[in-house]
Amino acid sequence: MINRLIAPETIDAVHMKLQLKPYEHFTLDNGVPVYSIDAGAQDVLMLEWVFYAGNWYEEKNIVAATTNFMLKNGTTQKTAFAISEHFEFHGAYLNRSCYNETAVITLHCLNKHLSLLLPIVAEMMTDCIFPEEELAIYKQNQKQRLEVNLKKCDFIANRLIDEYIFGFHHPYGRYTSTVDYDQLQREDLVAFYQKYYTKGKCLVFVAGKPPADLAKQLNHSFGHLPLNQFGLPDIQFKPEPSEVKKYNIVNDAAGVQGAIRIARPIFNRHHPDFAKVQVLNNIYGGFFGSRLMSNIREDKGYTYGIHSYLQNHLNDSAWLISTEAGRDVCEATIEEVYKEMLILQNEPIEDGELDLVRNYMIGSLLGDLDGPFQIIGRWKTYILNYLTEAYFYNSIQTVQTVTSEELQDLAKKYLKPEEFTELLVV
Amino acid sequence: MIIFDRFVLDNGLRVLVHEDHSTPMAVVNIMYDVGSRDENPEKTGFAHLFEHLMFGGSIHIPDYDEPLQRAGGENNAYTTNDLTNYYCQVPAENMETAFWLESDRMLSLAFSEKSLKVQKKVVCEEFKEHYINKPYGDVWHKMRELAYTIHPYRWMTIGKELSHVEKIHMDDVKHFFRKHYCPVNAILVVAGAVHLEKVKRLAEKWFGSIPMGEKYMRQLPSEPRQTEARKSEVFSDAPLDAFIKTWHMDARLNKGYYVMDLATEILGGGSSSRLFQSLVKEKQLFSGLDCHHFGSIDNGLIAIEGKLVKGVDLDTASKAIDEEIEKIQSEMVNESELQKVKNKTESIIAFEDMGVMSRANSLAMYELLGDANLMNTELEKYHTVSVADIQAHCKEVFRQDNSNTLFYHCK
Repeated sequence: MINRLIAPETIDAVHMKLQLKPYEHFTLDNGVPVYSIDAGAQDVLMLEWVFYAGNWYEEKNIVAATTNFMLKNGTTQKTAFAISEHFEFHGAYLNRSCYNETAVITLHCLNKHLSLLLPIVAEMMTDCIFPEEELAIYKQNQKQRLEVNLKKCDFIANRLIDEYIFGFHHPYGRYTSTVDYDQLQREDLVAFYQKYYTKGKCLVFVAGKPPADLAKQLNHSFGHLPLNQFGLPDIQFKPEPSEVKKYNIVNDAAGVQGAIRIARPIFNRHHPDFAKVQVLNNIYGGFFGSRLMSNIREDKGYTYGIHSYLQNHLNDSAWLISTEAGRDVCEATIEEVYKEMLILQNEPIEDGELDLVRNYMIGSLLGDLDGPFQIIGRWKTYILNYLTEAYFYNSIQTVQTVTSEELQDLAKKYLKPEEFTELLVV
Repeated sequence: MIIFDRFVLDNGLRVLVHEDHSTPMAVVNIMYDVGSRDENPEKTGFAHLFEHLMFGGSIHIPDYDEPLQRAGGENNAYTTNDLTNYYCQVPAENMETAFWLESDRMLSLAFSEKSLKVQKKVVCEEFKEHYINKPYGDVWHKMRELAYTIHPYRWMTIGKELSHVEKIHMDDVKHFFRKHYCPVNAILVVAGAVHLEKVKRLAEKWFGSIPMGEKYMRQLPSEPRQTEARKSEVFSDAPLDAFIKTWHMDARLNKGYYVMDLATEILGGGSSSRLFQSLVKEKQLFSGLDCHHFGSIDNGLIAIEGKLVKGVDLDTASKAIDEEIEKIQSEMVNESELQKVKNKTESIIAFEDMGVMSRANSLAMYELLGDANLMNTELEKYHTVSVADIQAHCKEVFRQDNSNTLFYHCK
């Protein structure tokens, strides 16, 4: 009989060899850089065109997001319907997303259709006409969607906590109201489009099983466009965190849960403490076995989930604790969140727990590097943050070597309850 | 083509092995043939609560997650109306840890009172977060009750109401475990950087001695053919009027399932679909619109749902939907329209099959349906669907007397 009380032998994940597969790199005739990962078994591709066209660059609220959304809604040659029909007929998915600094166009397709799809993507970068009719439908539907979202306490909480940390003037802290949609003009979009897409700064990321003539195909469709010819405007924002440290908002008097957000400003990936703070964050609230989860969900049952994380910003960032908890236990939940900060300040983390987190983080990283889309995603983060592969290997080394003393010092430095802003929306 | 091996242990546990040495990871996936359709109508939400309890310690191992995390692994689970699936991913060198953990909780849970008490609370918070504290959160509770009269798809996986979860006792837990969580009712899939011979050895070592248990013979009441249109109205303080209509469709393995899956795409898949183009863009009656189904194993529902543009009344919106339905019933869809949704399906399958975890999950799912190799013949079934099939099935499914309409009025 086997003895089920004894765990099988394991190899510590922390000693496993991790490698970040290097990318292929080339430049189109107009200087647009292309980064490509060839690591697929299936004949599929993902292409991403990253523009510096996020809300960092807009002069009027919601212009960046709207311009990005409407890239699919009509060119001089094709209606919105014809564009969608073209991609969908070829089983391709064309998405666009707008972030703070950047805005992207993403194409997922089968390799065999690539050559029919690229010219249309190029058309979307040069020939968009932003029809008034399409804009009117967009405004109407977005305003209605906003109205639904404003009924949700988590949606309200996410907006407000960013405002409290960065200030409403800051692209990270700004959000949208109905009035912003009303004030949007077609001309705003056209001007933003020409400056930040047609003549914008663009990077291309490719992953999957790229065809042998990828460079030729990309050059054919994109190499002659007036991209990357002009520098980006130098725009800086300084965070202005709120002086008030505690907010209680009632959004729905009959709500059965409250949304809790507790946050503080924190540095970005370039700070020497960043990688170590990531380890501390994992222990605190970064995964299922974290202290917040073990205490507040698994021991007390106050919530379905509680997480802490560092926001993924290129410039200044924030460290955030986020949960939805039963209305009658919100105060108790908040109390436990602070209690766990103090424990990390006052008591060294035991070896067993630290080893577990090291293994978990390395194992999880190993899993994350599985597949071409995941690999290019990591590279994209590094490239957009002006980091090299040294960052990858240094972070791993930090996970392997950071000590309990160092983590306790960091908790004393950064997990001070008085430096966090607390928000409860019910 | 997904290549796999299959063997069955003496205790009835079915094991599938799919080797893929391009990844350093191993995936261990166990699917149990039990979902919320197998619940007592007075204690709904139990299958899902039980899934939470599977992490509350087993007979020899006090905590499931900790040793797995220590081995560099991650895991999760989900429950549907049809089945319950547990999966973990771990560096392949440490695969045996997953065998140890999964076999111990199949052998017996610890049946901890504390875990039951806490997880009841956690599930109640999950219920509140997704179904109470959100506008339109109760839509599908209401629709299922309208569309099904006796089949247990009448309730959602989360349960009919909070009180059902609250009144579950340890005796119920033990009974449920013995009835459903045994080798003969489970499928184990091991995939990734693994070797068949090693999986055979480990499966025999850790699962071989678990008593077989009794094969669960599902005897669910089948939903009688609907013969009269049903309609219900709800008044809520949600900000916009919403419209939902459903029709009963074929079970998962029937031809009609594949036909209606494609019809769903023609009607509502993406921004070039019929409903989106006609009702959101041209007529501007809806601010957003979806046409979908649940992929249910038993006879499922096909649904059209959307929120109305302010000022449009529900009757007008409903008539406009009817017109689109009549159109797809009376006129053949274009060959190119059908080709489009077949191309999309081919592409969805290719993208889904990229991840080893997703492949493991699909193998378990098809094995549960009767034959894991169905995974490799799925695309072919879509290819054989003709425009005439689409028309015939739309005529049969989209009958008014097969329909259930819910008008969700805002105040």
